[in-house]
Amino acid sequence: MSTPPQLPRRRLLGAAAAGLGLALRLQPAAAVSATPTLRAVELQWANGKPVTEGRVLLDVAPLVENGNAVPISVKVDSPMTAADHVREIVVYNERNPQRDVARFTLGPVNGVAQVQTRIRLATSQQLVALARMSDGSQWSHHVDVLVTLAACVEP
Amino acid sequence: MADATTPAPRVRSLIHGLDKLRRGQPGELRVTLGHPMENGLRHDGFGNVVPRSIVTRFECRLDGQPVFTADLYTAIAANPYLAFWLRADGPGTLSFEWTGDWGFSHRETRAIDPT
Repeated sequence: MSTPPQLPRRRLLGAAAAGLGLALRLQPAAAVSATPTLRAVELQWANGKPVTEGRVLLDVAPLVENGNAVPISVKVDSPMTAADHVREIVVYNERNPQRDVARFTLGPVNGVAQVQTRIRLATSQQLVALARMSDGSQWSHHVDVLVTLAACVEP
Repeated sequence: MADATTPAPRVRSLIHGLDKLRRGQPGELRVTLGHPMENGLRHDGFGNVVPRSIVTRFECRLDGQPVFTADLYTAIAANPYLAFWLRADGPGTLSFEWTGDWGFSHRETRAIDPT
């Protein structure tokens, strides 16, 4: 009486454990696909062309006390002439609910390739500023930021 | 008091740096819009999600020609501040326009005459 039911029960438990393990392994993959990684949005922006680290300076304090308003400045080394200027500057983040931060379009009329704004940071993470030039070359600057008081925590 | 049923807020803006412009030389313009930039992730005291209401786009035009545009997302802090540079070669009219969720729109025009 005791031996026959034990085998199916053991198999059932094993199957349940395997199913649980599978579900646990699948969940992070599903979460990642919902919000793309920083690398993924960079590759999408690059559109198959190479992106070189340099010429862009993303200036942000390395230690941020208040994530609700973080001043950032993006400066690109460019003469901003009709022949050679910055077309687009994009900023992405790594761990906010959304990867996008801001997207700016510039031209030779600006004279200086620099923009500043204030952003929100949900937690300590990496930021990237990307610039696309009039000759089609693409440049980037990655910065790691520590955030002590996060945005999005207040009710 | 603004009408409470329309989530798009009534705002005012600050524009600085116009009087420092010099003819043919780049000068920095700094613009701020008083806007809460509600990111749609917060809850009110009753557990209801506060609907997203942000400024999604800023455009600056000189005599109708775009000189600087910005697409803004929820990661932009409240009271969106933008600073950018402009080289004006003569007198003209600058227009600043913010647009956003719920049909939000705010427009300012300034005549400039760099010396």
